[in-house]
Amino acid sequence: MSLRRPPEPVHLVKQRRDRALAALTEGVPYVGFMGIRFDRRGDELTAVMPYDEKLIGNPTLPALHGGAIASFLEVAAIVELSFQMLWDEIESGDLDVEALGPDALPRLPKTIDFTVDYLRSGLPRDAYARARVNRSGRRYASVHVEAWQDNRQRLFAQATGHFLMPVRDGGEG
Amino acid sequence: MAGEGSDTPETGGDEKARIARQFIEAIPFSKALGMRLEEMGDGVAVISMPYETALVGEPRTGVIHGGAVSALMDTCGGAAVMCHPDAVSATATIDLRIDYMRPATAGERITARAVCYHVTRSVAFVRAEAWDADEGLPVAAATGAFTVQRQSGGEGGK
Repeated sequence: MSLRRPPEPVHLVKQRRDRALAALTEGVPYVGFMGIRFDRRGDELTAVMPYDEKLIGNPTLPALHGGAIASFLEVAAIVELSFQMLWDEIESGDLDVEALGPDALPRLPKTIDFTVDYLRSGLPRDAYARARVNRSGRRYASVHVEAWQDNRQRLFAQATGHFLMPVRDGGEG
Repeated sequence: MAGEGSDTPETGGDEKARIARQFIEAIPFSKALGMRLEEMGDGVAVISMPYETALVGEPRTGVIHGGAVSALMDTCGGAAVMCHPDAVSATATIDLRIDYMRPATAGERITARAVCYHVTRSVAFVRAEAWDADEGLPVAAATGAFTVQRQSGGEGGK
Protein backbone atom coordinates (compact mmCIF):
# COMPACT_ATOMS: atom_id res chain seq x y z
CA MET A 1 0.00 0.00 0.00
CA SER A 2 2.74 2.45 0.84
CA LEU A 3 4.56 1.65 -2.41
CA ARG A 4 1.99 3.44 -4.56
CA ARG A 5 3.45 4.66 -7.86
CA PRO A 6 3.31 8.41 -8.50
CA PRO A 7 0.60 9.36 -11.00
CA GLU A 8 1.75 9.36 -14.60
CA PRO A 9 2.11 12.84 -16.19
CA VAL A 10 -1.19 13.73 -17.89
CA HIS A 11 0.37 14.54 -21.26
CA LEU A 12 1.84 11.03 -21.50
CA VAL A 13 -1.53 9.45 -20.73
CA LYS A 14 -3.27 11.60 -23.34
CA GLN A 15 -0.57 10.97 -25.90
CA ARG A 16 -0.95 7.21 -25.53
CA ARG A 17 -4.74 7.37 -25.87
CA ASP A 18 -4.52 9.66 -28.91
CA ARG A 19 -1.88 7.49 -30.60
CA ALA A 20 -4.04 4.39 -30.18
CA LEU A 21 -7.13 6.21 -31.52
CA ALA A 22 -5.16 7.60 -34.47
CA ALA A 23 -3.93 4.11 -35.34
CA LEU A 24 -7.50 2.78 -35.36
CA THR A 25 -8.72 5.51 -37.69
CA GLU A 26 -5.79 6.68 -39.83
CA GLY A 27 -4.81 3.10 -40.55
CA VAL A 28 -8.14 2.36 -42.22
CA PRO A 29 -8.36 3.74 -45.80
CA TYR A 30 -12.19 3.86 -45.90
CA VAL A 31 -12.30 6.10 -42.81
CA GLY A 32 -10.08 8.57 -44.67
CA PHE A 33 -12.12 8.22 -47.88
CA MET A 34 -15.27 9.18 -45.93
CA GLY A 35 -13.44 12.05 -44.16
CA ILE A 36 -14.50 10.71 -40.75
CA ARG A 37 -12.56 11.82 -37.66
CA PHE A 38 -13.02 11.36 -33.92
CA ASP A 39 -13.16 13.75 -30.98
CA ARG A 40 -12.07 12.21 -27.69
CA ARG A 41 -12.89 13.24 -24.09
CA GLY A 42 -11.36 10.63 -21.81
CA ASP A 43 -12.79 7.38 -23.11
CA GLU A 44 -15.80 9.07 -24.76
CA LEU A 45 -15.62 9.24 -28.54
CA THR A 46 -17.69 11.34 -30.94
CA ALA A 47 -17.43 10.50 -34.62
CA VAL A 48 -17.57 13.52 -36.94
CA MET A 49 -18.31 13.36 -40.67
CA PRO A 50 -17.79 16.82 -42.18
CA TYR A 51 -20.12 17.60 -45.07
CA ASP A 52 -18.74 16.84 -48.51
CA GLU A 53 -20.55 16.99 -51.85
CA LYS A 54 -19.61 13.43 -52.68
CA LEU A 55 -21.71 12.17 -49.71
CA ILE A 56 -24.95 13.28 -51.39
CA GLY A 57 -27.47 10.66 -52.47
CA ASN A 58 -30.34 12.86 -53.60
CA PRO A 59 -29.11 16.04 -55.32
CA THR A 60 -32.58 17.57 -55.69
CA LEU A 61 -33.41 17.71 -51.96
CA PRO A 62 -30.37 17.62 -51.31
CA ALA A 63 -29.86 14.77 -48.83
CA LEU A 64 -26.96 12.57 -47.72
CA HIS A 65 -26.81 9.09 -49.29
CA GLY A 66 -28.22 6.28 -47.12
CA GLY A 67 -25.04 4.35 -47.81
CA ALA A 68 -22.88 7.25 -46.61
CA ILE A 69 -24.95 7.38 -43.41
CA ALA A 70 -24.68 3.59 -42.94
CA SER A 71 -20.91 3.78 -43.49
CA PHE A 72 -20.57 6.60 -40.96
CA LEU A 73 -22.52 4.66 -38.31
CA GLU A 74 -20.63 1.43 -38.93
CA VAL A 75 -17.26 3.19 -38.69
CA ALA A 76 -18.41 4.87 -35.44
CA ALA A 77 -19.46 1.48 -34.01
CA ILE A 78 -16.26 -0.37 -34.94
CA VAL A 79 -13.93 2.38 -33.69
CA GLU A 80 -15.84 2.67 -30.38
CA LEU A 81 -15.75 -1.10 -29.89
CA SER A 82 -12.06 -1.36 -30.83
CA PHE A 83 -11.08 1.57 -28.60
CA GLN A 84 -12.92 0.01 -25.65
CA MET A 85 -11.32 -3.34 -26.39
CA LEU A 86 -7.85 -1.74 -26.23
CA TRP A 87 -8.57 0.69 -23.39
CA ASP A 88 -7.20 -1.38 -20.50
CA GLU A 89 -4.00 -2.12 -22.42
CA ILE A 90 -3.65 1.55 -23.37
CA GLU A 91 -4.08 2.59 -19.73
CA SER A 92 -1.71 0.00 -18.31
CA GLY A 93 0.87 0.75 -20.96
CA ASP A 94 0.87 -2.90 -22.07
CA LEU A 95 -0.05 -1.83 -25.59
CA ASP A 96 2.96 -0.52 -27.50
CA VAL A 97 1.21 2.41 -29.16
CA GLU A 98 4.41 3.56 -30.87
CA ALA A 99 4.49 0.31 -32.83
CA LEU A 100 0.88 0.71 -34.07
CA GLY A 101 0.56 1.72 -37.68
CA PRO A 102 -1.36 0.87 -40.83
CA ASP A 103 0.64 -2.34 -41.16
CA ALA A 104 0.57 -3.23 -37.49
CA LEU A 105 -2.99 -2.68 -36.36
CA PRO A 106 -4.54 -4.85 -33.69
CA ARG A 107 -7.14 -7.19 -35.16
CA LEU A 108 -10.46 -5.36 -35.48
CA PRO A 109 -13.95 -6.65 -34.65
CA LYS A 110 -15.80 -8.01 -37.70
CA THR A 111 -19.36 -6.95 -38.47
CA ILE A 112 -21.85 -9.83 -38.33
CA ASP A 113 -24.91 -7.73 -39.12
CA PHE A 114 -25.82 -4.07 -39.11
CA THR A 115 -29.30 -2.51 -39.14
CA VAL A 116 -29.76 1.16 -39.90
CA ASP A 117 -32.91 3.07 -39.03
CA TYR A 118 -33.24 6.22 -41.14
CA LEU A 119 -35.25 8.65 -39.03
CA ARG A 120 -35.11 11.75 -41.24
CA SER A 121 -33.16 12.77 -44.29
CA GLY A 122 -29.52 13.73 -43.77
CA LEU A 123 -28.99 17.42 -44.41
CA PRO A 124 -25.99 18.72 -46.33
CA ARG A 125 -24.23 19.55 -43.04
CA ASP A 126 -21.67 17.95 -40.73
CA ALA A 127 -22.90 14.82 -38.94
CA TYR A 128 -22.01 13.47 -35.51
CA ALA A 129 -22.38 10.02 -33.96
CA ARG A 130 -21.82 8.28 -30.67
CA ALA A 131 -21.79 4.54 -30.17
CA ARG A 132 -22.63 2.60 -27.01
CA VAL A 133 -21.42 -0.94 -26.47
CA ASN A 134 -24.44 -2.66 -24.91
CA ARG A 135 -22.75 -5.98 -24.55
CA SER A 136 -19.22 -7.10 -25.14
CA GLY A 137 -18.37 -10.71 -24.47
CA ARG A 138 -15.36 -12.74 -25.45
CA ARG A 139 -16.77 -13.55 -28.88
CA TYR A 140 -19.77 -11.36 -29.60
CA ALA A 141 -20.59 -7.72 -29.05
CA SER A 142 -23.75 -5.66 -29.56
CA VAL A 143 -23.36 -1.95 -30.31
CA HIS A 144 -25.93 0.82 -30.73
CA VAL A 145 -25.13 4.08 -32.55
CA GLU A 146 -26.97 7.39 -32.62
CA ALA A 147 -26.33 10.10 -35.18
CA TRP A 148 -27.43 13.70 -35.30
CA GLN A 149 -26.64 16.95 -37.10
CA ASP A 150 -27.61 20.32 -35.71
CA ASN A 151 -29.54 19.16 -32.65
CA ARG A 152 -28.36 16.39 -30.36
CA GLN A 153 -31.99 15.60 -29.47
CA ARG A 154 -33.12 15.21 -33.08
CA LEU A 155 -31.45 12.01 -34.29
CA PHE A 156 -31.41 11.58 -38.07
CA ALA A 157 -30.30 7.94 -37.95
CA GLN A 158 -29.60 5.16 -35.49
CA ALA A 159 -28.23 1.67 -35.89
CA THR A 160 -27.60 -1.58 -34.06
CA GLY A 161 -24.87 -3.98 -35.06
CA HIS A 162 -23.45 -7.27 -33.90
CA PHE A 163 -19.75 -7.93 -34.08
CA LEU A 164 -17.41 -10.89 -33.84
CA MET A 165 -14.56 -10.01 -31.50
CA PRO A 166 -11.01 -10.80 -32.63
CA VAL A 167 -9.13 -13.54 -30.82
CA ARG A 168 -6.95 -11.78 -28.23
CA ASP A 169 -4.20 -13.21 -26.01
CA GLY A 170 -3.98 -15.86 -28.67
CA GLY A 171 -0.54 -14.82 -29.79
CA GLU A 172 -1.54 -13.28 -33.11
CA GLY A 173 -0.39 -9.65 -32.92
CA MET B 1 -34.25 -8.66 -66.33
CA ALA B 2 -35.55 -6.02 -68.72
CA GLY B 3 -32.36 -4.40 -69.88
CA GLU B 4 -31.46 -2.61 -73.07
CA GLY B 5 -34.10 -4.01 -75.37
CA SER B 6 -36.69 -3.86 -72.58
CA ASP B 7 -39.61 -6.25 -72.89
CA THR B 8 -41.57 -4.46 -70.19
CA PRO B 9 -45.26 -4.66 -71.15
CA GLU B 10 -45.95 -0.99 -70.41
CA THR B 11 -45.19 1.54 -73.08
CA GLY B 12 -42.28 3.78 -72.23
CA GLY B 13 -40.40 0.98 -70.46
CA ASP B 14 -37.22 1.86 -72.34
CA GLU B 15 -37.59 5.52 -71.56
CA LYS B 16 -38.23 4.80 -67.90
CA ALA B 17 -35.13 2.62 -67.69
CA ARG B 18 -33.03 5.26 -69.44
CA ILE B 19 -34.18 8.00 -67.06
CA ALA B 20 -33.61 5.79 -64.03
CA ARG B 21 -30.12 4.87 -65.26
CA GLN B 22 -29.15 8.49 -65.74
CA PHE B 23 -30.59 9.27 -62.34
CA ILE B 24 -28.50 6.59 -60.63
CA GLU B 25 -25.33 7.64 -62.37
CA ALA B 26 -26.03 11.17 -61.17
CA ILE B 27 -25.98 10.13 -57.50
CA PRO B 28 -22.72 11.68 -56.20
CA PHE B 29 -21.96 9.07 -53.51
CA SER B 30 -22.63 6.10 -55.80
CA LYS B 31 -20.45 7.78 -58.42
CA ALA B 32 -17.67 8.33 -55.84
CA LEU B 33 -17.70 4.58 -55.14
CA GLY B 34 -17.50 3.86 -58.88
CA MET B 35 -20.85 2.02 -59.06
CA ARG B 36 -22.11 0.79 -62.41
CA LEU B 37 -25.70 -0.08 -63.25
CA GLU B 38 -25.75 -3.47 -64.92
CA GLU B 39 -29.46 -4.18 -65.23
CA MET B 40 -32.68 -2.54 -64.18
CA GLY B 41 -36.33 -3.33 -64.81
CA ASP B 42 -39.51 -4.76 -63.34
CA GLY B 43 -38.45 -4.19 -59.75
CA VAL B 44 -35.06 -5.86 -60.12
CA ALA B 45 -31.73 -4.00 -60.17
CA VAL B 46 -28.15 -5.19 -60.55
CA ILE B 47 -25.35 -2.76 -59.67
CA SER B 48 -21.64 -3.47 -59.35
CA MET B 49 -18.76 -1.71 -57.60
CA PRO B 50 -15.04 -2.07 -58.43
CA TYR B 51 -12.34 -2.96 -55.90
CA GLU B 52 -10.54 0.19 -54.77
CA THR B 53 -7.81 0.44 -52.13
CA ALA B 54 -9.50 3.61 -50.81
CA LEU B 55 -12.48 1.49 -49.74
CA VAL B 56 -10.47 -0.96 -47.63
CA GLY B 57 -11.66 -1.50 -44.05
CA GLU B 58 -9.10 -4.11 -42.89
CA PRO B 59 -5.61 -2.98 -43.97
CA ARG B 60 -3.93 -6.29 -43.22
CA THR B 61 -6.27 -8.31 -45.45
CA GLY B 62 -7.29 -5.63 -47.97
CA VAL B 63 -10.97 -6.47 -47.48
CA ILE B 64 -13.48 -3.76 -48.48
CA HIS B 65 -15.21 -1.96 -45.57
CA GLY B 66 -18.73 -3.14 -44.75
CA GLY B 67 -19.94 0.44 -45.11
CA ALA B 68 -19.08 0.46 -48.81
CA VAL B 69 -21.00 -2.80 -49.28
CA SER B 70 -23.94 -1.20 -47.40
CA ALA B 71 -23.81 1.73 -49.79
CA LEU B 72 -23.94 -0.65 -52.76
CA MET B 73 -26.89 -2.55 -51.25
CA ASP B 74 -28.73 0.69 -50.45
CA THR B 75 -28.27 2.10 -53.96
CA CYS B 76 -29.29 -1.20 -55.53
CA GLY B 77 -32.36 -1.47 -53.26
CA GLY B 78 -33.44 2.07 -54.17
CA ALA B 79 -32.99 1.31 -57.87
CA ALA B 80 -35.14 -1.84 -57.57
CA VAL B 81 -37.91 0.26 -56.01
CA MET B 82 -37.61 2.96 -58.69
CA CYS B 83 -38.06 0.48 -61.53
CA HIS B 84 -40.99 -1.38 -59.99
CA PRO B 85 -43.95 -1.49 -62.41
CA ASP B 86 -46.10 0.54 -59.95
CA ALA B 87 -44.64 3.88 -61.08
CA VAL B 88 -42.61 5.12 -58.15
CA SER B 89 -41.23 8.60 -58.72
CA ALA B 90 -38.93 8.84 -55.73
CA THR B 91 -37.87 6.74 -52.77
CA ALA B 92 -35.83 6.91 -49.57
CA THR B 93 -34.58 4.18 -47.27
CA ILE B 94 -36.65 3.60 -44.12
CA ASP B 95 -34.43 0.84 -42.78
CA LEU B 96 -31.83 -1.55 -44.09
CA ARG B 97 -30.35 -4.61 -42.43
CA ILE B 98 -27.19 -6.19 -43.81
CA ASP B 99 -25.83 -9.62 -42.91
CA TYR B 100 -22.14 -10.01 -43.70
CA MET B 101 -21.72 -13.68 -44.54
CA ARG B 102 -18.09 -13.71 -45.57
CA PRO B 103 -15.36 -11.17 -46.37
CA ALA B 104 -15.27 -10.15 -50.05
CA THR B 105 -12.05 -11.30 -51.71
CA ALA B 106 -9.53 -8.45 -52.03
CA GLY B 107 -9.17 -7.24 -55.60
CA GLU B 108 -12.53 -8.49 -56.85
CA ARG B 109 -15.52 -6.50 -58.11
CA ILE B 110 -18.69 -6.76 -55.97
CA THR B 111 -22.08 -7.12 -57.66
CA ALA B 112 -25.41 -6.65 -55.88
CA ARG B 113 -28.83 -7.76 -57.07
CA ALA B 114 -31.91 -6.31 -55.38
CA VAL B 115 -35.52 -7.37 -55.81
CA CYS B 116 -38.41 -5.15 -54.83
CA TYR B 117 -40.80 -7.99 -53.99
CA HIS B 118 -43.78 -6.08 -52.66
CA VAL B 119 -45.11 -2.55 -52.88
CA THR B 120 -48.00 -1.06 -50.92
CA ARG B 121 -49.42 2.44 -51.31
CA SER B 122 -46.58 3.86 -49.25
CA VAL B 123 -43.92 1.21 -48.59
CA ALA B 124 -41.67 -0.92 -50.82
CA PHE B 125 -40.04 -4.09 -49.49
CA VAL B 126 -36.66 -5.16 -50.81
CA ARG B 127 -34.31 -8.14 -50.56
CA ALA B 128 -30.77 -8.03 -51.91
CA GLU B 129 -27.64 -10.14 -52.14
CA ALA B 130 -24.07 -9.33 -53.17
CA TRP B 131 -21.30 -11.50 -54.63
CA ASP B 132 -17.67 -11.20 -55.61
CA ALA B 133 -16.20 -13.38 -58.39
CA ASP B 134 -17.30 -16.51 -56.50
CA GLU B 135 -20.98 -16.68 -57.32
CA GLY B 136 -21.61 -19.51 -54.90
CA LEU B 137 -22.02 -18.04 -51.44
CA PRO B 138 -22.98 -14.34 -51.34
CA VAL B 139 -20.66 -11.98 -49.41
CA ALA B 140 -23.69 -10.21 -47.95
CA ALA B 141 -27.48 -10.26 -47.86
CA ALA B 142 -29.83 -7.39 -47.06
CA THR B 143 -33.48 -6.68 -46.38
CA GLY B 144 -34.97 -3.23 -46.33
CA ALA B 145 -38.07 -1.07 -46.41
CA PHE B 146 -38.22 2.02 -48.62
CA THR B 147 -40.66 4.90 -48.91
CA VAL B 148 -42.88 5.12 -51.99
CA GLN B 149 -43.47 8.56 -53.45
CA ARG B 150 -45.74 8.46 -56.44
CA GLN B 151 -46.01 10.96 -59.28
CA SER B 152 -48.12 13.84 -58.03
CA GLY B 153 -51.64 14.01 -59.41
CA GLY B 154 -51.74 10.39 -60.54
CA GLU B 155 -52.88 7.18 -58.93
CA GLY B 156 -49.73 5.50 -60.09
CA GLY B 157 -51.50 3.90 -63.02
CA LYS B 158 -49.13 5.00 -65.75
